[in-house]
Amino acid sequence: MSDVPMLIEARGISKQFGGVEVLSDVDLDLHAGEIHALLGENGAGKSTFAKILAGVHRPTSGTLRLNGESVRISSPMAAQKLGIALIHQEPVSFPDLSVAENIVMGRHGTGLLARVPWAKIIADARRYMEMLGVLIDVTRPMRGLSIANQQMVEIARALASDSRLIIMDEPTAPLTPREVDTLFTIARQLREEGRTIIFISHRLEEVRMLCDRLTIFRDGAHIATRTIDSIPDDEIIRLMIGRTLTKYMRKHTAEIGDMALEVSNLTCAGAFEDISFSLRKGEIIGLGGLVGAGRTDVARALFGVAPATSGQIRVGGKVARIEKPTDAIELGLAFVPEDRAGDGIFGTLPVEHNLTAAIPEKIAPRGVIRRSLERKISRKSVDDLSIRLASLGQPIVELSGGNQQKVILARWLLTEPEILILDEPTRGIDIGVKAEFYDMIGDLAEAGRAILLISSELPELLSLCDRILVMSEGRLMAEIPREKATQENVMQAAVPRSGVAA
Amino acid sequence: MNVLRSVFLRREAGIFVMIILFCATVGLYKPQFLTSQSLRIVLLLTPLIMIGAMAQMLILVARHVDLSIGSTLGFSAMVAGLMYRDFPDVWWIIGFPVAILTGAVLGLVNGLLVTIFKLPSIIVTLGTLSLYRGLTFIISDARQINRANIPTELKAMSRTSPIFDIPWIILIAFAVALMTYVVARHTQLGRQIYALGSNPDAAPLRGIDVTKVTLIVFTLSGALCGLAGILYASRWGFVNPSNTGAGFEFQVIAAVVIGGVSINGGVGTVLGTVLGVLLLGCVAAALPLLGIPGSTQNAIYGAVILIALLIDRSVRQRGVVSLSRGVA
Repeated sequence: MSDVPMLIEARGISKQFGGVEVLSDVDLDLHAGEIHALLGENGAGKSTFAKILAGVHRPTSGTLRLNGESVRISSPMAAQKLGIALIHQEPVSFPDLSVAENIVMGRHGTGLLARVPWAKIIADARRYMEMLGVLIDVTRPMRGLSIANQQMVEIARALASDSRLIIMDEPTAPLTPREVDTLFTIARQLREEGRTIIFISHRLEEVRMLCDRLTIFRDGAHIATRTIDSIPDDEIIRLMIGRTLTKYMRKHTAEIGDMALEVSNLTCAGAFEDISFSLRKGEIIGLGGLVGAGRTDVARALFGVAPATSGQIRVGGKVARIEKPTDAIELGLAFVPEDRAGDGIFGTLPVEHNLTAAIPEKIAPRGVIRRSLERKISRKSVDDLSIRLASLGQPIVELSGGNQQKVILARWLLTEPEILILDEPTRGIDIGVKAEFYDMIGDLAEAGRAILLISSELPELLSLCDRILVMSEGRLMAEIPREKATQENVMQAAVPRSGVAA
Repeated sequence: MNVLRSVFLRREAGIFVMIILFCATVGLYKPQFLTSQSLRIVLLLTPLIMIGAMAQMLILVARHVDLSIGSTLGFSAMVAGLMYRDFPDVWWIIGFPVAILTGAVLGLVNGLLVTIFKLPSIIVTLGTLSLYRGLTFIISDARQINRANIPTELKAMSRTSPIFDIPWIILIAFAVALMTYVVARHTQLGRQIYALGSNPDAAPLRGIDVTKVTLIVFTLSGALCGLAGILYASRWGFVNPSNTGAGFEFQVIAAVVIGGVSINGGVGTVLGTVLGVLLLGCVAAALPLLGIPGSTQNAIYGAVILIALLIDRSVRQRGVVSLSRGVA
């Protein structure tokens, strides 16, 4: 393929975030006028690579050449000037500005007192939205637009930027098949014009329909680049997951007890559909799938954060109405959320206040907090989970990620829950603490608690869980018992491969 | 039909209805409230607040707040007043650029503290609220600039009119509103202010120089307060170190918020702000007429603000959306 002109030549691109290497030594060539798929599991480094090309992140090391010339992409503006546009996975927008302004924002070189050419802006925006087949009033504010339409605005923005390289980071996730079709037609049109597109997606079907070549990332490294016709689906999946990870083995499985939680036909419009499963005491059930498959939404529905619209939840054999988190807590549920910083910790408060946050009535029997009691309870939690800290009065943000996560877990254990929902409990935690977590989860099951473990790490699910439920695009695709579960069959069930209108 | 609907759904329509209802209610008890004479009173009460409100609107839209505006007004008025007293031969017009420049410098200081030290504007301007007021006492030796020292031509601006019998001071206030409209709606600067306030994280990703825009907005606020300062001297004929501009920030922020400008940034129109100022002016004009003593006026003032906000809140919760910009 040496006669094909190169648009981008990336050599030895590495990126570290606070000591964690998320991309290591990636080489990648992009031809002018191709649609190139970027595939990999969650956390494989696809988005990070995309953001480096778009100037959002700067690589720790490595070089980039654009049309044969060495370039440094120091900011999103610089990337824009070089003709690189990124369609963010989650749209970045100005909610109070009009759709038209969102499409053109960032494309102005004139002075601050220059007149805004409203008529032109609106006409341009209308043209791009029409091209995308979206019939919305471009003068309306961005706020309140559906996710799909927000995504379309984001795509229109990339079109309006007239770029040589357009990176689409999972653009199709919120779109309907018809919208996906339109998007693909436009993508092919852009290819005809000699532009290059990087297409990041989990949907192999889409990749096959659209792309010329594909590249697979795994654990931050470049694994393979092939032409689309030369590689079968099975091979792609094997390359995406085929890693050798230190195997962790659960010491012993607990005795399975009474029914703790039964979920039947649980549905939440737009998030998940028809989810049914049961969970017994002493059992650990894994909930696998790709990011966006609806796993967290199920957990949030069970805990009453965003209640389901239909279906039934039975706790301990009785029908439960869970409309808000306090309902769930009263029924003996506990939920350790994925987004620690956003949903879990009170950053500036001391560790002990974080620990006792869910049990106000225990530390303040008569409405006044008894400090000695709070201290005693906190001290015991810290010892039980071997949380490493300088003092109980230390602000929680000063602890390492793993220890913060232990504090959150300890907080919920103090409520003595029957059913524990853990959402990605080991994300961003180093290996040593991870093993401790696995032990702890095993011990909890042995103590008769029922555990629902959401995880994107296959080895974690395979080694810890008695059964693995796999979700894809809001539906339960498979239920695999421990003995039969393999990385391959879990991944097969997780990757959406149909549902796109051709 | 659609056009009509969107007109009624606009935030401005709500305030307009509130003004009409208020005036009608007061007019029921005191018919003399519904005369052109009291319209004149309303309009004469509002020019300073109008100018301050335009500045504060831009600041709030950029997701900041400026509490120091009253003190900035006082200091700028005092600088101009001292000039008139100590250099009586200076042409009276010079007081305008002097006050405006003084205000601009104070505003720039606010902006620099906010941008360089990354301090929240509410804290910075709370500090300078006290600092600028203190400096006003220091430069004036805590003495008032008396009526005799203010040039007659300046004082006359609050009474004489070039056109339609509308005093200069009112014309200036509406000119400021018109200019603010042009900046907010029709310049790149205006667009960037709205974008910055709507999503500060996205603004740099879209190539907005956040520091520059923030500095401009604060400097502009200071300059407008300087203009309000010299007009204060014109309207009241004196400058007092403790009274001049005191409580100005309360009235201005109240008017702006009633006018539909969001404390959370990104939302607000000049038309809404003008109507907010007029509603406040109507209340201020009606209270003495209804025989409500000055001692209770403050409480009523505050209650009106809360009621206006509550009505607006409950109306909007019933699905009426505030169109953020549209044709203001």
